[in-house]
Amino acid sequence: MFDTRRLVCALPRALAGLGLFLVSGVAAADYALNFQRPVTEIAADLYDLHMLIFWVCVVIFVVVFTIMFYAVFSHRKSRGAKAASFHESTTLEVIWTVIPFVILIGMAIPSTRTLLKMEDTTGADMTVNITAYQWKWEYEYPDSGVHFFSTLATPRAQILNQEEKGEHYLLEVDNELVLPVGRKIRFSLTANDVIHAWWVPQLGVKKDAIPGFINEMWTRIDEPGVYRGQCAELCGKDHGFMPIVVRAVAPAEFDAWVAAQKGVASAEAAQADKTWSREELIARGEKVYAQCAACHGPTGQGVPNVFPAIAGSAIATGPVDGHLDRVMNGKPGTAMQAFAEQLNDIDIAAVVTFQRNAFGNSVGDSVQPSDVKARRQ
Amino acid sequence: MADAHHHDGPPAGFTRWLYTTNHKDIGTLYLWFALTMFIFGGLMALVIRSELWQPGMQIVTPQFFNQMTTVHALVMIFGGVMPAFVGLANWLLPMMIGAPDMALPRMNNWSFWLLPPAATLLTLSLFMPGGGPAGGWTLYPPLSVQGGMGVDFTILSIHMLGISSILGSINIIATILNMRAPGMTLMKMPLFVWTWFITAFLLLAVMPVLAGAVTMLLTDRHFGTHFFDPSGGGDPVLFQHVFWFFGHPEVYILVLPAFGVLSHVIPTFARKPLFGYTSMVFATATIAFLSFIVWAHHMYTVGMPMAGELFFMYATMLIAVPTGVKVFNWVSTMWRGSMTFETPMLYAIAVVFLFTMGGLSGLMLSITPADFQYHDTYFVVAHFHYVIFPASVMGAMCAVYFWLPKWTGNMYDEKLGKLHFWLTVIGFNLTFFPQHFLGLAGMPRRIPDYALQFTEFNQWSTAGAFLLAASQLVFIWVVVKCVRGGEKATDQVWEGAEGLEWTIPSPAPYHTFATPPTVK
Ligand SMILES: [Cu+2]
Repeated sequence: MFDTRRLVCALPRALAGLGLFLVSGVAAADYALNFQRPVTEIAADLYDLHMLIFWVCVVIFVVVFTIMFYAVFSHRKSRGAKAASFHESTTLEVIWTVIPFVILIGMAIPSTRTLLKMEDTTGADMTVNITAYQWKWEYEYPDSGVHFFSTLATPRAQILNQEEKGEHYLLEVDNELVLPVGRKIRFSLTANDVIHAWWVPQLGVKKDAIPGFINEMWTRIDEPGVYRGQCAELCGKDHGFMPIVVRAVAPAEFDAWVAAQKGVASAEAAQADKTWSREELIARGEKVYAQCAACHGPTGQGVPNVFPAIAGSAIATGPVDGHLDRVMNGKPGTAMQAFAEQLNDIDIAAVVTFQRNAFGNSVGDSVQPSDVKARRQ
Repeated sequence: MADAHHHDGPPAGFTRWLYTTNHKDIGTLYLWFALTMFIFGGLMALVIRSELWQPGMQIVTPQFFNQMTTVHALVMIFGGVMPAFVGLANWLLPMMIGAPDMALPRMNNWSFWLLPPAATLLTLSLFMPGGGPAGGWTLYPPLSVQGGMGVDFTILSIHMLGISSILGSINIIATILNMRAPGMTLMKMPLFVWTWFITAFLLLAVMPVLAGAVTMLLTDRHFGTHFFDPSGGGDPVLFQHVFWFFGHPEVYILVLPAFGVLSHVIPTFARKPLFGYTSMVFATATIAFLSFIVWAHHMYTVGMPMAGELFFMYATMLIAVPTGVKVFNWVSTMWRGSMTFETPMLYAIAVVFLFTMGGLSGLMLSITPADFQYHDTYFVVAHFHYVIFPASVMGAMCAVYFWLPKWTGNMYDEKLGKLHFWLTVIGFNLTFFPQHFLGLAGMPRRIPDYALQFTEFNQWSTAGAFLLAASQLVFIWVVVKCVRGGEKATDQVWEGAEGLEWTIPSPAPYHTFATPPTVK
């Protein structure tokens, strides 16, 4: 049953069968085998470069192993092959040192050209600042002051297999990064806690977001559309749950979007001065809590020994001052971030009120946006 | 001489293994230890693959998933592959150079007995409050600074493993330089000796660097230093430079001894001398040298200056040349040989074939602009498993099949060996080949859950992983069966085998070459 010769002979047939199965299977299931369709010049260049080096590798591989398997089939003892005794050839050794070297030079030239183009961030039409957090992205358009966070929009129930998964499972966010097509956009990239990486395959853009460093990259998107990516550098528990969604739109549409965003921001500012009822605050706080839930859990139970619970916590049931302080200033040296910079006055007031009156906590008090504003000074 | 005869057999019982300074006993200990760790690391891989069977979180939490990927890698590298090759070195180097034992037998005992406590510490980390290390085996700060006590356990474990490796390397270098039989000049040494000689220098050069990096991590965690903390003026990227200055040579530490093994197995079963002995030695040395100047190709996306990106791209591409020389030499050794295909030869051919695939995907990864797309995706996972599994794991298995008759005096079961070979090759390819496609299509590595379009290939991969794991039960069966008995092996064992180890009886006596042989 394990006769080598029969096995070795059967192998190519088995492989051919498997190949056929693969080809038909792949066609039927629409397997993704290669890069996603490029939508920028750089991504197209990368695709071409990738295919070039791929085919060079395939040719080298086929040549070398055609020779090896020819030897395996022909120069075997069972076929009466007598071993030769040669064991060196300077000519051959020089040839197979020089030829690969020449091939490598051939590969290095287009690679260098593409790299120089990729890293040239000069002459940009606009800038977007990206800051990575555990586990969300912050986008800021310094030209217009528009600024927001972008977090995973996939419901928890889908992740926990309690609900049917949607089409864009894990690749959908609450606030998309909206960008104009046809303009050179420079990204300046950093992180607030650990290292992340911003990657959208169809744009051909990936770079690490590193705390204390500012990295640059750029893109010019050719066609309107929605392009999805993910954080690419392991950044802790929810590394797999911090997607990126770029919506590329026509420049006029982009300008309209910027204006609308500004309108939303000023309406919010007006709301911050009024007195909110406890019910209003709790209702809003429940939505804001989604950001806390990443660590503290959807029911405020936390993760034992890693992330403290909010249910029954001394801080969330203690004096308001201490609670606000922890939420706004974080706890240095831990994953607890300073949310003063991330959330506006209403959101902080709402989430603190919510935490004090949810998960079995029943302090019964509430915090007004004006209290938060006062603390900021 | 009568006295020496009296000491010919080993003492019995547990103390034999605890106190032993015999290179064969210590080699055996290393090999069983490596097999145990290989099983442990494999089980963790199965946890990973089970969670990735389908989208959604089913079996573990994301945090535990990250602990699994981290500890799987550390256990396989430091507990599985490295001890396996040190075990082979212990068994084989003295027999190959005609020495009675290693040069520093007591230190040899100590280097082995450092391993079990180190492995225990690493395993215990998983049970600490907050769990084991979850920041990846590369331990990048600031993420690794966030972890709990498990990270400290890991750091101390790495220190112990590092000391063990350094002591082992010193021993290997001392043995090779001082204990060769008369007439065995350096350029007459068998290639396994040569590749280990060069590997030992790599280990000596880089293990202290790793120790330094993790020590800085430890002081950042507990003693208020800010080596890697930007808020205190530190630099998280510095860690990556230091880590990969260790990490890239480490890759060659894992594969060079296996290249040595192939250079014994292929000539034996081709019944023809190794093609290009001298160029093999120089290619190994060249690879070792280049391994010190390519480290930053693991970090093209951190935002290096253009000059750095170009330098590391060109230097990395160059590694293809000496690696190519090795592959061409092996193929030429087979050419016009008189080949038979016993299990070790099947393994050797598969290693050349599969390792070359890993090497070529490595060449693709060396191209900086293309790497911006490949980096941190499953393409990289596929690539390094195509390098490490064929070269290191299958290379070690190849060596075990090849020398097992010499060690035990019994032939292993050839049918079972071949069964193990084919199952392993099929399981391996089914596991890792689809991961190339996953990576190219955009699946990041180290994620516990994925978008729906990645489902099918992940299922192939998971199915392959279970097949691959189950096949290793056959391996254990073959080895145990061979240790317990079987057809008696001749002294030469293989028709085409050449070298001093084949001139001594099978099984190799407890003490060999008390009187050095003379090499012509
Ligand atoms: Cu991230």
